[in-house]
Formats: sequence, structure tokens, C-alpha cells
Amino acid sequence: MADAHAALQEQFEEMPQQKEAATLGMWAFLATEVLFFGAMFMSYIVYRQTYPQAFAEASHHTIVLFGTVNTAILLTSSLTMALAVQAARENNIKWLFRFLAITVVFALAFLAVKGLEYHQDLQEHLWPGPHFRPELPPQAQIFWMLYWIMTGVHALHVTVGVGLLSTMAWMTSRRKFSDAYYTPVEMTGLYWHFVDIIWIYLYPLLYLVHRYAS
Amino acid sequence: MNPLENVEGPTITAEYPTVERTPKNYFTEGGHTLKSWLLTTDHKRIGLLYLYSLLVYFTIAAIAAALMRMELITPAGDMVTSDTYNKLFTIHGTLMVWFFLIPSIPAVLGNFVLPMMLGAKDVAFPKLNLLSWYLFNGGGLLALTSLIFGGVDTGWTFYTPYSSTYSNSHVIAMAAGIFIAGFGTILTGLNFIVTTHKLRAPGMTWFRMPLFIWSLYATSVIMILATPVLAMTLALMGIERIWGVGIFDPRLGGDPILFQHLFWFYSHPAVYIMILPGMGVVSEVITCFSRKPIFGYHFVAFSSVAIAILGFLVWGHHMFTSGQSIYAGLVFSFLSYMVAVPSAIKVFNWTLTLYRGSISFTTPMIYVLGFIGLFTIGGLTGLFLAAVGLDVHVQDTYFVVAHFHYIMVGGMVTAFMAGLHYWWPKITGRMYPEKLGQLAALTMFLGFNLTFFPQFVLGYLGMPRRYHAYAPEFQIYNVMSSAGASILGVAYLLPLIYFIWSLKHGKKAPANPWNATGLEWQTPSPPPKHNFAETPVVDGPPYQYSAEKTEAELNAS
Repeated sequence: MADAHAALQEQFEEMPQQKEAATLGMWAFLATEVLFFGAMFMSYIVYRQTYPQAFAEASHHTIVLFGTVNTAILLTSSLTMALAVQAARENNIKWLFRFLAITVVFALAFLAVKGLEYHQDLQEHLWPGPHFRPELPPQAQIFWMLYWIMTGVHALHVTVGVGLLSTMAWMTSRRKFSDAYYTPVEMTGLYWHFVDIIWIYLYPLLYLVHRYAS
Repeated sequence: MNPLENVEGPTITAEYPTVERTPKNYFTEGGHTLKSWLLTTDHKRIGLLYLYSLLVYFTIAAIAAALMRMELITPAGDMVTSDTYNKLFTIHGTLMVWFFLIPSIPAVLGNFVLPMMLGAKDVAFPKLNLLSWYLFNGGGLLALTSLIFGGVDTGWTFYTPYSSTYSNSHVIAMAAGIFIAGFGTILTGLNFIVTTHKLRAPGMTWFRMPLFIWSLYATSVIMILATPVLAMTLALMGIERIWGVGIFDPRLGGDPILFQHLFWFYSHPAVYIMILPGMGVVSEVITCFSRKPIFGYHFVAFSSVAIAILGFLVWGHHMFTSGQSIYAGLVFSFLSYMVAVPSAIKVFNWTLTLYRGSISFTTPMIYVLGFIGLFTIGGLTGLFLAAVGLDVHVQDTYFVVAHFHYIMVGGMVTAFMAGLHYWWPKITGRMYPEKLGQLAALTMFLGFNLTFFPQFVLGYLGMPRRYHAYAPEFQIYNVMSSAGASILGVAYLLPLIYFIWSLKHGKKAPANPWNATGLEWQTPSPPPKHNFAETPVVDGPPYQYSAEKTEAELNAS
């Protein structure tokens, strides 16, 4: 059975201290992540401000259906993640495992949809460079470069999330967690919500530029 | 009589079992095997691992500097080609900044003493701490690989479009190395922040913390907030280089100046990563060897925080001549002047700490006094550069080179040497030879000034940086500078030799050779694996030294 004391590391005096340290560490890491994405968002803001016309035109070529489906998938996965943490808090190990597994499935579905979308983007010559769609203005290539980099780095984070979530599910099945000790699940939850929040910003910035105007 | 003996004892209480004959320490506990070191999670061993690897990077970067100074003895570019010279200053810059200065005090001395100063058994995340070291060296090896395959010629600033489009050198490997090592820095900063928040001993309130901790805390905040921006900026540059299209490409409407904004958004705060920890060491050493509490503890503590915050708002002063708007330039100029305020507070408070103190000129103290002078010169010439009009005249000249070397070598390296000497007895359990130490400290001060002061003149007269040939009228200053560099080289070799010598032949160090306050001196030298036999309890402010008492005892003897 899950034993809280077995999980106490030697540098800490007691479990609450260890948990507070883990939580603070995770938030500090997320602050780092915000600045990591911040450089991309900053570049986006600068260029969208400079080339509004080209950005609107370029954005019309994103596949809004895939983007919207993925938004729904990721938001729902955030819900199941929150439910997983709640299940741990209530010592409901069975549902903890199930919710984690469902979250993994959603994460994989997100990646699958993203893969289909990337495939179609490539077929429509939306990779910047000599073969880029010639009818679009040159600044549209900057939009599309940012699209590839921002969604690519985000997808990388989703992939890491799949690994983390699977590890949590595996540890749950090995009876490592209980209502006395589930800090890793909660930290994975924080990470997963962060991944979700990044997407909440990416979706309108990449898919919805001036869609309402036409 | 030694003025350091019989001073009022520290008020920090901790109980220890009676002294054993051969006390266990972190060298003997945990094993002597290579594996026990490479897989250690002990913050003290990790600090030493950093020390060993830094020595390698420092040596390579110093050799590059020596070659440059040799080339510059004569006006003609006759020793190396201009291509090779470009690669030399790039090696020197990248290795010194990312693989020596940034980790120097935080990762070596900070790792070693931060948990002990707080009364903790270790940092909050010991495994992440070890991972930091592997990331740092993984990145370092990648950077060295780029040298083996022919080097990089972009300078440490990697300005686009040269780095992304035109350079025919191994930019990607170097940038990837810095990218990876950056995550090591981030994890170190994260560890320090959480350790400071959550692992302080009972009674160790925020305002009872040694000022070294305050400076490391401020540094850590910069580490976790600035480093990711550099990582992403280098990634964006690398993507542009690999695929031939990117967001800084002017042919598509991209703006190379955006790269400079993002780069300096990291790299100016990084300057404070490279000086704040040094300021922390100065605060520790100057109180100890003046036998006085620090003057204005709260001001010194908060000036570290103020520097960390203001440091994020001044990056544009690197771009006065880059085509940035003049109004932006004026705002950045004003903000840069603002940073001088907390820096000056520190200098004034250190000086007032000396006032009526009972000063002893031990090796760490000589380094620290040198620091104050050199940092003041470096800081004041920084104000010259922060003035938009004057900057147009001296931008990209040796004036800038001299300015930042006064901060980074005169400041940070001097402080690193001070800290290394100050904590050497604690780290190794051995004393270094004091007379040789004093000699090395003085040699370093003289060698440093001879190397870099002429460069202010050179820059003001108009010699541009990063050239391997120059007009003949500049020769006298360059010869002085190269002569100084060779003295500086001796001053670095000397401690290396006597430190190694002291490991075997040095006098055994007591737990508290300087009669210093601070929890790290309350435990044997070298410390046991978990630092303290029992968790210490703190019941008073730091730096409870008494100069009057020391005086009285001196007079009595």
C-alpha cells in the first residue's frame, strides 16, 4: 500500500514541507516555461503589428476544423486531469487510474489530429521556403514559420505530457499513490493545465485572425 | 595575537556530540569510487564537480585570450588570420560567459554553502541538482565539439543574419550546446529558490539570512526568467539556419533587430547573474574581516532584488546604434542609470562596514577590497556607456571591452577567488598558504589593471573591438595590455598550484578558522554528508561581529 513515509526524502523534515517544495518548484518551472513561449509570442506580436494584412491572409489557410477539434480535445483532457487529481484526493485509486488513462487517450488524439493537420498543411505548400504558395505575400511566410514553431514546440510539450501521464498511470497501478501521497499526480496536473493554457492562446492567434471580418 | 581569536562567539546555537578523533565527512561518507562522485546527489560533491569542469572551460577560454593578446602585440595581423582571430574571440566569449562566469559562484560556491548557510541537509531537489551538472557538461561538450570541427566565428552574441545565413562555421553545435547548458542553469536557479523558501532552519527568518543567500536568490530569479528566452532565441536562430527561412530574415520582411532585442532581453540580465553572486561573497567576507556587522543589512539585501528587477528593463542600451528609435534609446538610457542606484548602495554600505572596523588583510579580504575598486570603475564607465551621446562615440570600441571586463573579471572573477579562499578550509578541511595567497591577490589586482585600463584609452581613441590588426599609434597600449595579461596568467596559476599543494600539505583547518558567524562555520571542516549532526536553531541576526571587542583584546595582549 501507498506509504507516505516511504516517499519522504531525506532532505525534508515532514511530508507537508516536501509537498510545498514540490509545488513551488513546479510553479517556478512553469514561470520558466511562460518566458520560453514568451519569446515566440513576442515575435508574433511584433510581426502581426507590422504586417496585419499578410497575417490575416496567411491565417485563412490554417485548417480551422482541426484546430477547433483539438481545442475541444485538449480542454476536455484538462477536465479529466482535474478529475484524476480529485479522485486521488478522495483516495479513489480505481478512478484515479481511469481518469489518467482517459487523459492519455485525449493527449494522443490531439497529437493524431495535429499530425493529420500537418500533413495537409505540407500538401498545401504551407512550409516556408522556395515552394511556399506563391500567391501569398512574403510576410505570410513569417506567419507560417511561427505557426510551425509554436505548434511544434507545443506538440513537443504534449508528447512530454503523454510520457508523464503514462508514468503516473503506471505508478497508480503499482499502488504508489493514496490520499496521503499523490504529489506527483498533482504536479503532472499543473503541467498539463499549462499545456492547455498555451493552446488556448495559440488557437485564436493562429486560426482566427480576422476570420470574423470577412 | 591573532585578532580573529577570542572574538565574541556567534549566537547561533547548535548542539554537537563531543569531538571524535576522525570525524566522518562528505569525502569519506558515501565512498571514494568514481561512481560515488558521478552519481552523487550531495550538494557539496556536486559543487566540486562543477569546480572541476569549470577549470577545464576556463583554461580553454583563457588560452584563447592569451593567443589574442599575443596577436595584438604588433599592429599587423601576423600571427593568426582574421578568420582564426574571429574564432578565438568567439571561443573566449562563449566559454567564459556560459561555461565559466554564469555557473562560477552560484554552481560551485552556492551549491556548496547555500544549504549549509540555511541550516539544511541538502538542496530541495538533489537529483535535479545532479541533472543540472550533466546538462551543463552535455552542453559544454557540444560546444567543445564545435571547436574541434573548426570553431565558430559569430562572436558570443550570434547576431543575425550573419549567424543564421552567412557564417560558414559550426554555429548550430555551439548554439545547441548553450541551449542545453541553459537548462542546467534554470534547474540550479529553481533549486536555490525552493531551497531558500522551504528548507530554512528553525528561526532562520528572511532577514536573518546571510546576504550571500539574498544575492543567490535574486540571481536565481534572473536565471529562471531570463535563460528560457535565450534558449528560444537561439532555437529561432538555429531553425533559420537549418531550413534557410526564418522569422529574422529581412528578405521576408523579418527584422534582425528583433533578434537583438530577444538576445539582450536575456543577456543583459545575465550580466547580473554574473555579478550579483559576487556581491554576495563580498558582503560575507567584508563583515568577517572587518569584525563588524554589515552596514544597512536591509538595504544591501533589497538592492540585490532591485538589481534583479531593474536588470530586466535595460536591455535596449546595447542597441543605441542598431537603428532603435531614439525615444526608446532615451528611456533605456534613463533606466540604465537607475541600476546604478542599488549598485552604489552596495558599494557605500561595504565602505561604511569598513569604517572603524578591525580590518585584517587576509587573502579573501584583499580580493574583496580589489573588487570594490574594480567594480566601481566598471560601474562608472557603464554610466558613460548608458549615456546615448557618448555611447555613439565608444560603441564597439575597446572602451566597451574594458568596461565589461572590469565588471566580469575585476568583479566576478575576483569575488570568485575571494569566495574560494574564504570557504576553501570548509570545502577541503585544509588551510591554503596565507602569504602566497596574499601575493596572488595583489598580483591579480596589478595584472588586471595593467591589462584592462589601457583598453579604456584605446577605446576612447577609437580602436574598434574584434580586429586582429590595428593602426600603429595604438601599439603602446596594446603592449601594456598584453604584458598585463601575462601577469594575470601568473596570478591565476599561483592559486591553482597552492590549492592543489594544500590538499596534502596544508595545515588542517578547524571548523571555524576565521571566527566567522554563519551556520556553515558551525559544522566540522570538511562537513559531514548531511551537514549538521542536528538541525541548528537560529535565534539572532547574522553578522554579530564586534570590532570594539576585538580592539580591546588586541590592546590587552
